[in-house]
Amino acid sequence: MASTETGTAADTGSVEAGLDALETSATGRTPFRQTFTGKILPPVLATVVVLVAWQALISFKVVDDPTKLPSPADVGDEFKRAWLEGKLLGYIWTSVSRGLLGFLFALAIGTPLGLLVARVKFVRAALGPVLSGLQSLPSVAWVPPAVLWLGLDNEMMYAVILLGAVPSIANGLVSGIDHVPPLYLRAGRTMGATGLKGAVHIVLPAALPGYLAGLKQGWAFSWRSLMAAEIIASSPDLGVGLGALLENGRNASSMPMIFEAILLILFVGIAIDLLIFSPLERRVLRSRGLLVKS
Amino acid sequence: MATTLAKAEQSVEYAARIEHVSKSFATPGGQQLVLDDIVLDVAPGEFVTLLGASGCGKSTLLNLVAGLDQPSAGSIATDGRPALMFQEHALFPWLTAGKNIELALKLRGVPKNERRERAEALLELVRLQGSYGKRVHELSGGMRQRVAMARALAQDSQLLLMDEPFAALDAITRDLLHDELTRIWAETGVSVLFVTHNVREAVRLAQRVVLLSSRPGRVAREWRVDIPQPRRIEDAPVAELSLEITEVLRGEIRRHGQH
Repeated sequence: MASTETGTAADTGSVEAGLDALETSATGRTPFRQTFTGKILPPVLATVVVLVAWQALISFKVVDDPTKLPSPADVGDEFKRAWLEGKLLGYIWTSVSRGLLGFLFALAIGTPLGLLVARVKFVRAALGPVLSGLQSLPSVAWVPPAVLWLGLDNEMMYAVILLGAVPSIANGLVSGIDHVPPLYLRAGRTMGATGLKGAVHIVLPAALPGYLAGLKQGWAFSWRSLMAAEIIASSPDLGVGLGALLENGRNASSMPMIFEAILLILFVGIAIDLLIFSPLERRVLRSRGLLVKS
Repeated sequence: MATTLAKAEQSVEYAARIEHVSKSFATPGGQQLVLDDIVLDVAPGEFVTLLGASGCGKSTLLNLVAGLDQPSAGSIATDGRPALMFQEHALFPWLTAGKNIELALKLRGVPKNERRERAEALLELVRLQGSYGKRVHELSGGMRQRVAMARALAQDSQLLLMDEPFAALDAITRDLLHDELTRIWAETGVSVLFVTHNVREAVRLAQRVVLLSSRPGRVAREWRVDIPQPRRIEDAPVAELSLEITEVLRGEIRRHGQH
């Protein structure tokens, strides 16, 4: 009997090992060639097509008023001039440092606020609708009151960023927590993870993807709010950021400068997303098997 | 047979004691009685399956025993907090297989320097040595349920509650997991209360099969299974008893179509 029993157990083990091997597939790194044709080439091509079409509009005299549409070369010269004068990085840094610092403030306020709204019923009933409503209020609307309250200074900029980004971050966390599968909570409770332990070990990690999506949107709102503030409230004391550059271009009727500013604003928005938020989000989603390679 | 069992257990301790438990839920049509006067003991080290058709409240009963819900009447006592395994693996996708087990160890106060070793040992118990660093999505369905089993065992409970844990698996995998569960139950001496609607599975695994009637759930009948382990689901004695139980189960179900 004993020998049959161990025989059966060993038999089960070997069948099981075979089945495990059959049912798990090895995943490796995507070869560079595939990354290149799939991820890098398409956006590069799209940029080239836009540049060619732009140049064509000029070359075939579809638009022949350079004050309305400057040529790509004119805009390029504008970039080159700013670079040679050593101002280009200054423009970018002025805005980016403001934007990121403002975003960090928004993070510090939005996260506990989101937790409160998600976990305390009274706070949710009181603030939930306001937070959702604030998300749809264009943050440029806050610029005039912020200027009157705080004057033309950096604090005013930060106030506008906060009003734009805090609701997104808080709402992201709230929806992340709301979407935690009840099964995880039940599993956690049977393991003894209730109250604070439950929040730390189950709720917060489970809500992380929603929170990250909120952060990403929060950054987009921070950046937009900041640009609105910089365009409307330009003052020599504030230094020249990208929004002020755009406004200067308008005052000087310099279309190349306006294009330069718009391209830089776009470029920074994309770059921050690509360098910080997307990798973070992808990492989290991939580790949970939520990012399926197509 | 059932009465002698109950007598034998009165003097010794129990893994779970369910005494005259009823549970009703509020529905738009009024109070609905789901469980009616359930009396059931699970002895230490015993393997009991709860069998029933839809609507017999077997999952509700398991939730009550797990302490996730309160009975409307009666009382439930367990020897410590039971561990619970679900039909879905319920592993946390932000942790690796090993860390899932370690979380259970951590929550019951196992010191940090012992956790890794214990988690590895538990993985070995479910024959998943070398899967410590695997992410949940990298494991197959059967492997996930085995990690879930290891995590439940990590709670070191006297009682393991299983809510149709193999129902979503394919037949080959389920067969293997039956073998594993029987082996682990024998090795660890844990008591098991296993819910299923699969008669053969119930007979294949249990020392005692408890049949619940439906709407409301009552203990309709119970059988002692004396077939020696290791059993196979296709063994003749298993099939024979399954046939007998199935007839009674069908009779229970048939009553609901008659009015």
